[in-house]
Amino acid sequence: MLKIDNLHVRVAGREILRGLSLQVNVGEVHAIMGPNGAGKSTLGHVLAGHEGYEVTQGSVTYDEKNLLDMAPEQRAAAGVFLAFQYPVEIPGVNNTYFLRAALNAQRKAHGNAELDSMEFLKLVREKLKVMQLSPELLNRAVNEGFSGGEKKRNEIFQMAVLEPRLAILDETDSGLDIDALQRVAEGVNTMRAPQRAFIVITHYQRLLDYIVPDFVHVLADGRIVESGDATLAHELEAHGYAWVAERKLAEAGA
Amino acid sequence: MNSGFVQSMRDAAKIQRLPGSGIGWLDIARAEALDEFLAAGLPGTRDELWKYTALRALSQRAYAAHDDMAATRAVDATLLELPDIDGPRLVFVNGVFRADLSKLHALPDGLSLRPLSRTLAEQPEPLRFLLARRPQECTDAFVALNTALASDGVVLHVADGARIRGPVHIIHIGVPADGDMAWHARSMIRLGNDAWLGLIEHHVGTDEHAHFANLASDYILGERARLDLLVIQNAANAATLLRRSEFHLQYAAHGSLHALELGGALSRHEIRVALDGDLARFDSRGAFALRARQHVDTELLIEHRGRDTASDALWRGVADDRARGVFHGAITVARGADGADAKLSNKNLLLSRDAEIDTRPALEIYADEVKAAHGATVGQLDERALFYMRSRGLAAEDARMLLVRAFCATALTGIEPQALREYAEALLLAHLPRQAAVAV
Repeated sequence: MLKIDNLHVRVAGREILRGLSLQVNVGEVHAIMGPNGAGKSTLGHVLAGHEGYEVTQGSVTYDEKNLLDMAPEQRAAAGVFLAFQYPVEIPGVNNTYFLRAALNAQRKAHGNAELDSMEFLKLVREKLKVMQLSPELLNRAVNEGFSGGEKKRNEIFQMAVLEPRLAILDETDSGLDIDALQRVAEGVNTMRAPQRAFIVITHYQRLLDYIVPDFVHVLADGRIVESGDATLAHELEAHGYAWVAERKLAEAGA
Repeated sequence: MNSGFVQSMRDAAKIQRLPGSGIGWLDIARAEALDEFLAAGLPGTRDELWKYTALRALSQRAYAAHDDMAATRAVDATLLELPDIDGPRLVFVNGVFRADLSKLHALPDGLSLRPLSRTLAEQPEPLRFLLARRPQECTDAFVALNTALASDGVVLHVADGARIRGPVHIIHIGVPADGDMAWHARSMIRLGNDAWLGLIEHHVGTDEHAHFANLASDYILGERARLDLLVIQNAANAATLLRRSEFHLQYAAHGSLHALELGGALSRHEIRVALDGDLARFDSRGAFALRARQHVDTELLIEHRGRDTASDALWRGVADDRARGVFHGAITVARGADGADAKLSNKNLLLSRDAEIDTRPALEIYADEVKAAHGATVGQLDERALFYMRSRGLAAEDARMLLVRAFCATALTGIEPQALREYAEALLLAHLPRQAAVAV
């Protein structure tokens, strides 16, 4: 489904990703872990199509298409979704209105009829139950005045409504207390499906207790330096990221 | 100064037979005003209130004094309609009152509404204090010109205690004539004690013309009177529109203004508010949406004179292409106007590199226990918000439109009825660039 090959990305003149390769198949959940500054969020933004990130080398193929050629909205319509680490506040734009406009834009791109407000409301009610989000938040401006936890849950709620095929969660666990974390994880778990893949970017193993990944990758210095199954996350938690670096050095010396 | 503009105005004064001419005091007032205008000439950019609006191009243009066909020109009836508005209506075409298009029959009790031309011809005396006065602070050349040449306008009076929620709809329509022409309109709107009035001042233009319109309006609000005024300026693309509106509020009077500036090549509105009485209050909200080479200037000058007076101003501006927007909000709290509460917010968006918006908030306080807050910004669309919206599937253009619309919408809250607010919002949207230029 997604194939990242030798990806090099420059941000504000600095090379952040230096030869990252990763393959994600449909139905899989991949966790990307790594220390701060390793390039985790850069990966999320590049996949979503942020223009401030310059790809200098490598390729990203999504469903046999060149993802890097697509505008952010085309990627969204193709099923790519980024849950932001820092969801943006948009004063004056109603949350429900925004989400309906987004969903209908995607439906239109697929040649489907747009949902009217009644149909959309019905859909929203179903999804709200899953996220245990207060309906009152829907009538406010997008993310405006939301608490940190509410913003993150709103991201997952949007994901539930838009039903992407490839969901990238960028540090969705950061700033959440344990209750909020569990609720977010529940939301994600109900979305796990054979036709959907996840890339879960996180600094801590904690989230992966609730969203158990099929694969764990360690991102350091702009590339994947270690891959394994869910147990790798526990080893990282026990030994720290320095442990990976040391092993790499040992391997290189051997 | 013998420039094209001034000369054409001088000629107009010679040849035009204005309503009420032959009345001694009026002839004198007009002659004096013309001399005043000729002596002063057009204001220059050294004048604080004209700092960003240069009149060099205007000064070289000559205008015809009259459109001989104005009384009979055909007007598209849809121009006269506003959604859910079915009150009295006063229509002017190229500055000339049109009884055939107006609705003045069966006026509600307590409302007196007439065109100035008729009032001057029939009973001019009550207007004497307004037309013949020489207020010291008013040295505005265009008001002098207006006094000298105004041939029509609105004379409206709401009796004590009468509530005209209607609202009354005033329409100024510019239509193509043989050449470009100038017209001058003078309006006097007076609300008695406890009187209420809803009023819409609507400027529209059809087809291509570059007329010059000069309007001066006086609003006097009696004790506890309430005025809801909506100004929709949607003049023809090449038109020039200069307006000066002066509000006087007595004890506990409440004025509320919504202003939408959309059309015209050069449009300036000088809004002067005097909160004379204790507890008087003036709220104003407005937005401009500009494109091409439009130039729109709003001068909002509020003076708190009574005690415990309040003013709340919230204005938004959007400029695209090579458009130029100017906002000057000056609040003065006079000596003795203790307890004043003044708020002023002006935020602006530039949608292209070549657009320009100048905003100047100014606050002068000479009283005690005053609450005052003001802020002004000029910025660009939030790139983070744009990316966020696009990452959810919205096309770049739609995301921009949604952001711009949200930005302006705060200036439209409070317009009643809802259908009219939606209409205003749609008008504003139609004026926003569909292909918003490359993000700055």
